[in-house]
Amino acid sequence: MKILRIGYNSCGIAAGAEETLNKLHELLDGNSDFEIRKTGCNGMCYLEPIIDVIEEEKVYTYGNLTADKVQKFIDALAKGTHIEDWIILHPDHPTTQSSYQDKQVKLATKNIGVIDPENVDDYVAAGGYRALEKVLKTMDRQDVIDQVRASGLRGRGGAGFSCGMKWQFAKDAPGEEKYMICNGDEGDPGAFMDRSTLEGDPHGVIEGMTIGAYAVGAQVGFFYVRAEYPLAVKRLRLAINQAEARGYSGKNILGTDFSFTLHVIEGAGAFVCGEETALIASIEGKRGMPRTRPPFPATQGIWGKPTNNNNVETYANIPYIIREGGAAFSKYGTDMSKGTKVFALAGKINRGGMIEVPMGITINEIVNDIGGGIINNGKCKAVQMGGPSGGCIPSHLHDTPIDYENITATGAIVGSGGMVFMDQGTCMVDIARYFLSFTVEESCGKCTFCRVGTKRMLEILERITAGEGTEEDIPLLQKLCDAIIKGSLCGLGQTAPNPVLTTLRYFRDEYEAHIREKKCPAKKCKALITYRVVADKCTGCTLCAKTCPVGAATGERKQVHQIDDELCTRCGFCKDACKFDAIIVE
Amino acid sequence: MEQLDFSYVDEVLERYRGHKGTLITVLQQVQAHKGYLEKEALERVARSMGVSTASIYGIVTFYAQFRLTPVGKNLVRVCHGTACHVQNADGLTEAIEGALNVKSGETTPDMLFTVESVACLGCCSLAPVIMVGEKVYGKLSTDKVRKVMKEYKKKEAE
Repeated sequence: MKILRIGYNSCGIAAGAEETLNKLHELLDGNSDFEIRKTGCNGMCYLEPIIDVIEEEKVYTYGNLTADKVQKFIDALAKGTHIEDWIILHPDHPTTQSSYQDKQVKLATKNIGVIDPENVDDYVAAGGYRALEKVLKTMDRQDVIDQVRASGLRGRGGAGFSCGMKWQFAKDAPGEEKYMICNGDEGDPGAFMDRSTLEGDPHGVIEGMTIGAYAVGAQVGFFYVRAEYPLAVKRLRLAINQAEARGYSGKNILGTDFSFTLHVIEGAGAFVCGEETALIASIEGKRGMPRTRPPFPATQGIWGKPTNNNNVETYANIPYIIREGGAAFSKYGTDMSKGTKVFALAGKINRGGMIEVPMGITINEIVNDIGGGIINNGKCKAVQMGGPSGGCIPSHLHDTPIDYENITATGAIVGSGGMVFMDQGTCMVDIARYFLSFTVEESCGKCTFCRVGTKRMLEILERITAGEGTEEDIPLLQKLCDAIIKGSLCGLGQTAPNPVLTTLRYFRDEYEAHIREKKCPAKKCKALITYRVVADKCTGCTLCAKTCPVGAATGERKQVHQIDDELCTRCGFCKDACKFDAIIVE
Repeated sequence: MEQLDFSYVDEVLERYRGHKGTLITVLQQVQAHKGYLEKEALERVARSMGVSTASIYGIVTFYAQFRLTPVGKNLVRVCHGTACHVQNADGLTEAIEGALNVKSGETTPDMLFTVESVACLGCCSLAPVIMVGEKVYGKLSTDKVRKVMKEYKKKEAE
């Protein structure tokens, strides 16, 4: 009997896992030699759809298994053989993809891509809810907090505040009525760790949060998850129902007098709700506007009651810490940043996906060893960490060991874990403009410096990328950055200038090229580039002329074509359409 | 005058009556019925929950999820997350606008397509991506996305 385990997170489904699964059912339903199971994403999103073949306790992982390959795949398995070329991870020997896994240490994500997230029995069989049982039966509330403090776990949402201390504050806060929040409003563009965790192992997060509730003395918990993550919401709701049915959640958990009720709230889409006071306002049904702190939520949170708020990954680490002890967790990582961190790799990298690595790993190791380098054998120019609150770290700093302090020293932040890689074709001024357009859109408008200041910065950056920048623009940008940092109430405003500050610090020459030479070195900014046909390569296939929406690309069949620079809108459609690489950007 | 049926709003209101802090959830569920929030529906929610229509309007315009205008049959969401941005999401928007003859943020006059830009769909490893309804299309180029749009247009014409 062979078990076929298919990666069925939304990334896998987007890559075609649904069609693959349908085909498997079509071929195998009623066949007792095979059992089909669903699981989350094992992190190798770049090779999905992925299927594990489990036979005699050995796991063979197949990648790129689109529906059209399923027949051949099943034929081979039915004969008792394998298609070696399609195997991406082999139980007996290393493969070309092994290096993606070698440096990873999976504590928070160990179940993702292994268990069926929609089946509580699978979670329990993998050791699930044993930490909760240990806590309720053998530990008092302070013991739990002491273990979490000993682990050195810092908040994985971005700020990196000690999780144990946060719990202590909430526990010590006077009052009987207390709340827990799990922040799954993953708003950073370029990050998908929370989505993958909630889709792949919702019970792990529920267990961690419930342990926290016991420690701080909370009775009610809220999951705040982006409405853009429908599958995560669905699986989370299902998991809560299953946990309640089994006595792991709800009234009198595991027969004790500890009760904890969970609710799921779908975030209606506001980046600022990642900030905890804004998040609380949103849970209360209001506009998500931040307020001044103190009082901190630990003393005055939801409805004015003590509230503890952590993000998805933070809670996902808790079951391991309780099961194995704080010391087991703190043996990984650096002096100040213990344990592991989950990162989402995306952008111009060969292997995009989700990884969990010990703190202290260098960016180079992530790019080259795990990520398999930059696409098209390109050179890594920078990595963007921390989303709109973070910054771009240039390649000469990629030997930096990742921890909260080191990354902050570069001007970026570890953030929630999104890493977007950039190559020579990425314009850093355009990246700064991109992030500012995001913050302008997402600023809640409460603080003048954030509301108006970011808008002015965006206008300047738009001017520069349009080739209309002046020498005064750079000092003015710096002045505005300084003012916005000082004049904003919450993290959104205080960090909004980071993408500009880091690109100015490391890629000032690109700003200057735009301003002084009216050139975009990355050949990205439309106002500063032209499209041209390379005569030697053009076959006169007429595809560019057919594709051009404004009639700028013209020519006779089998004759070299040309592009009229006056008419050209630099949409780049012709370049994408050309099969002979005959169109270049200058 | 045409009699409009707002019983769907009342059903949602009934479900959450007496629960505090549920205004956003109520609005989400009301919107789920028609894909947008009608003015009369907002007024009904306001009356029932004891808040002003103005403050509901404040909430609705604060969060990206809420709409005040009808949405087309096919909602085309173009991801403009960081990973998609560095892989030419702007180009995709332009190509889609051209293929459907509509601007981003707008709906075609035949109410078949609404195109919008969204912050991040969380499928970064497949960038650049778009979503049509619930279906995600990844690893796109301007060329490929135009073909996807052509297929949808063909399907709608049938």
